[in-house]
Amino acid sequence: MTSSSQAASADQQRRNDVCMALQDVTISYGKFEAVRGVYMDIPSGRVTAFIGPSGCGKSTVLRALNRMNDLIPGCSLKGRVLFDGQDLYNPKVDPVEVRRRIGMVFQKPNPFPKTIYENIAFGARINGFRGDMDELVERSLRKAAVWDECKDKLQESGLALSGGQQQRLCIARAIATEPEVILMDEPCSALDPISTLKVEETMHELKRSYTIIIVTHNMQQAVRVADMTAFFNAEAVDGGTGKLGYLVEYSETEKIFNAPGQQATLDYVSGRFG
Amino acid sequence: MSRIAPPLASNTSAFERHSLFFESGLPRNRWNRVFTGVAAVFAGLAVLPLVLVLLYVLIQGGKLLSPQLLTQLPPAPGFDGGGIGNAIIGTVVVSLIASLIAIPVGVGGGIYLSEYAGRGWFPPFVRFGNDVLAGVPSIVCGVFIYGIIVATRLFFGQSYSAMAGGIALAVLMLPTVIKTTDEGLKLVPQEMRWGAYGVGASRFVTISRVVLPAALTPIATGVVLAIARAAGETAPLIFTALFSPFWPEGIFNPIATMSVLIFNFAIMPYEAQNSLAWAASFVLVLMILAANLLARWLGSLSRR
Repeated sequence: MTSSSQAASADQQRRNDVCMALQDVTISYGKFEAVRGVYMDIPSGRVTAFIGPSGCGKSTVLRALNRMNDLIPGCSLKGRVLFDGQDLYNPKVDPVEVRRRIGMVFQKPNPFPKTIYENIAFGARINGFRGDMDELVERSLRKAAVWDECKDKLQESGLALSGGQQQRLCIARAIATEPEVILMDEPCSALDPISTLKVEETMHELKRSYTIIIVTHNMQQAVRVADMTAFFNAEAVDGGTGKLGYLVEYSETEKIFNAPGQQATLDYVSGRFG
Repeated sequence: MSRIAPPLASNTSAFERHSLFFESGLPRNRWNRVFTGVAAVFAGLAVLPLVLVLLYVLIQGGKLLSPQLLTQLPPAPGFDGGGIGNAIIGTVVVSLIASLIAIPVGVGGGIYLSEYAGRGWFPPFVRFGNDVLAGVPSIVCGVFIYGIIVATRLFFGQSYSAMAGGIALAVLMLPTVIKTTDEGLKLVPQEMRWGAYGVGASRFVTISRVVLPAALTPIATGVVLAIARAAGETAPLIFTALFSPFWPEGIFNPIATMSVLIFNFAIMPYEAQNSLAWAASFVLVLMILAANLLARWLGSLSRR
């Protein structure tokens, strides 16, 4: 961050641009509610982290943002998820189009069993890309900080890479379709610390051009990469078998970790539970 | 009198102590040898038919192997020489017809079950029905096709035809193809599908460009095994494809196949026909062996 006041005000301006807004979002699996009543404005051009104990519904909320939950039988959503001023759950909205604008990186690296080149080109091709494919592949791999490691083996299988490289390949694959938002569901949980660091560096690079929303179990990671942090918690419900998640607090990362407004947040970030 | 606790290394232990060295005379070691021997004998008996069948067919049929066997027509009764050329072509034609029907239908059905069907009563019902169909005796498939195609002269007024035989074999192949496709697709990790949806792929693109290629090996293996099984079937062909001592005359006429040739010739009172039946057995076994090896090779591709 620069210290000049002009940059600060531009920064402030960007912060005020809401990229996605959740309004009273309740997500259920069958009859059982997983998360209830989430309100949240996610700023564009920044990194927003979702933290919280297991089962608090943070991944569920993340998957709701690009309608990935549609793929889970029995999952339903009440409330509104606004993106670009449009309710994503309007029946007229095509989920395929949503996912083209809002890309996703998953917990487990999941490259396609194709060559590295094809892994990147696949998304671009199905999105109707008509430019220079070689150039796009190189640009995407460079942005994901994995170009140097695979520039000599573009025609080898994506599965031949190490776990960390595979995950950065998946990030490159997500970037290649030029989405506006990238969702990351615990992208580093299967990686070693060095690969994690590289993926985090990648995220810092990416936030110049994309809005990033990341779910993480690692609080240090949230502190390192996120501008905004949302803390979710879960509590047992009467008569239910599972736990019901809800949003406890959502604010600047600094505030969440240094001066949280809620006791539960303080307990969680200071490691007293979760 | 006070009781003294026995020392740890007491000789009054309730257990019998043996030396640490192996004693072959102990009952447990004797029984061990007996059961190892019994298991070995049964294992030997189990593979005996396999070895004997292969050897016998090899000796009886292998000595007749020659270019003329593969290229000539069977001789008229009472004459020597000749070959099984028409039956080889016939088996290939009938299997090809069966594959052309069973592979698209079976793979399509498997894709539906695994990818599109979702939950509800219908997919389990289809799977159960499919398992039942897999267990239906092959002669029943033959009677079924005889009833609806041959007896009704469905194709251009023709009764027995290569087409009818191919359809009968297709009915036989279907359950295997559906099941292996369904199960092959289920082996593809869910994350792979998510990855494709995550970059904005539609369901069709996800299935056709990512999921199917990933499951190609198990599907291909299942298909090859199904073809190999169908190619060796006799019962469904006897009253559908029938037999012909001549070269094939199109797919809407009766056609010779190797399995039916064996069935017909093995019991004829002519030496030449009997030896041709052996030769055909040999060629058929070789073809099925080759198909199984191909299936194993295809299967090994995925484990690399």
